[in-house]
Amino acid sequence: MLGFGAVRLRTDMNRLLSLLFHQGVLDEQFLQLQQLQDQTSPNFVSEVVTIYFHESEKQLRNLRNLLLDREMWDYCKLGIHLNQLMGSSSSIGAKRVRNICAAFRAAVDQNNRPACMRALEVLEHEYCYLKNKLHELFQIEQERVLGDTVRYPGAVNQQ
Amino acid sequence: MWISSDFHDLLQCHHLVDGDVAVCRLHLYIKIPFSILISPNIFSLKFVMARNGLFSRRWRSPETDQFADVHVLAVDDSLVDRKVIERLLKITSCKVTAVESGWRALQYLGLDQEKTSPDFVNELKVDLIITDYCMPGMTGYELLKKIKGSATFREVPVVIMSSENVVARIDRCLEEGAEDFIVKPVKLSDVKRLKDYMFGENRGTCPPNNINNKEEKTSFNKRKLQEMSDTFPSPPTVSPSPSPSPPTVSPSTSPSSSPPTVSPSTSPSPPTASPTTSSPPQSPSSSSSSTPPSSPPFSPSQLDSPTMRLKVTNSDQA
Repeated sequence: MLGFGAVRLRTDMNRLLSLLFHQGVLDEQFLQLQQLQDQTSPNFVSEVVTIYFHESEKQLRNLRNLLLDREMWDYCKLGIHLNQLMGSSSSIGAKRVRNICAAFRAAVDQNNRPACMRALEVLEHEYCYLKNKLHELFQIEQERVLGDTVRYPGAVNQQ
Repeated sequence: MWISSDFHDLLQCHHLVDGDVAVCRLHLYIKIPFSILISPNIFSLKFVMARNGLFSRRWRSPETDQFADVHVLAVDDSLVDRKVIERLLKITSCKVTAVESGWRALQYLGLDQEKTSPDFVNELKVDLIITDYCMPGMTGYELLKKIKGSATFREVPVVIMSSENVVARIDRCLEEGAEDFIVKPVKLSDVKRLKDYMFGENRGTCPPNNINNKEEKTSFNKRKLQEMSDTFPSPPTVSPSPSPSPPTVSPSTSPSSSPPTVSPSTSPSPPTASPTTSSPPQSPSSSSSSTPPSSPPFSPSQLDSPTMRLKVTNSDQA
């Protein structure tokens, strides 16, 4: 029964990952991160992604605050925050978020206010979707680890 | 005289010393300092150039040749990127110190003070510095300049990372003495490649503690080779006519683990190489490992020129 659960969990995880790849939410850089996870660093992916969430939410707040200014937008600062968000997104393989940042940056370069506003909304939406899905992924992973620990109490579980 | 059927093997072999002649598939190769001479046929020689003087550097840890002693200083303002590069380096058995800015890096290296005492002893062992380009305050480029301008760390290879694949930027960095330029996101294959060609080819071939020994080091930039083969599926015959050497850095995910395909490319040797290329292949034995040929094929500054990309010609690489 436990064995079957483990298989189901792995299938769920793979299915979710495939979906995210198919949707273009994630790209191969995410796989690269998974490759870096092993016994010596068993939680590497979730650690990096947690840092990413933290940093990204800061940047998104900064972006929204900058756009809230009714009169003068600091395009320079907008660009800086966007670059940082873009960079970290690409480093974890968050392809769609990264691409929205690129479009956002283009709108900033053109001083196109409506396009910037739209881009920010899309960005926030995409980021939320990514975060939810990754949380789901980590949850399945945790269940799987837990299942393994129950089955093999002494074993060190790795990816 | 070495005989090999595989050009790649030949490039990888570190038993070649200056003056060695090798034959590989009807091509004659002569090892000279900084690079290797290759003839498209037995009767003439054409120049193969080493990229950016990498061959002049030999990095080995003092006691052993183990990778584990390689200490890398990583500089990046993004915490996510720092974590990733740290892990990438650790997994390739490097020691890592990660800092968040150029200033911190200089502080760490002890270069933040304007005046250095004449009897300043550099106790810090840093084998490689890898830095992001776009950083607030001090860019990677500025950091590079400061490092290259220092007496103590000038010889340390510096690698620049950037998410932007801007040729002018790449050239500028290489010109300033950067060892390599990696387009982000950085992958394991990038780090492995870097490590291999910087620290991988030296095992057991040279006396230790001799970083000025300009011998051998015939490793090639595999990524550049790969990209050249990707961008230039050129005809098999080699033409010596001068043509501008195009930049070949691309962010494409080229297969990392496959052996480098040394594909033919129609890039020329530099003009000053022509006097040397006419020398007959039968007289390489005069050069020894410690004496460079009397007419050096090109000046060191040319080696460091950003346009010196890897040029390999091989008409029958399968």
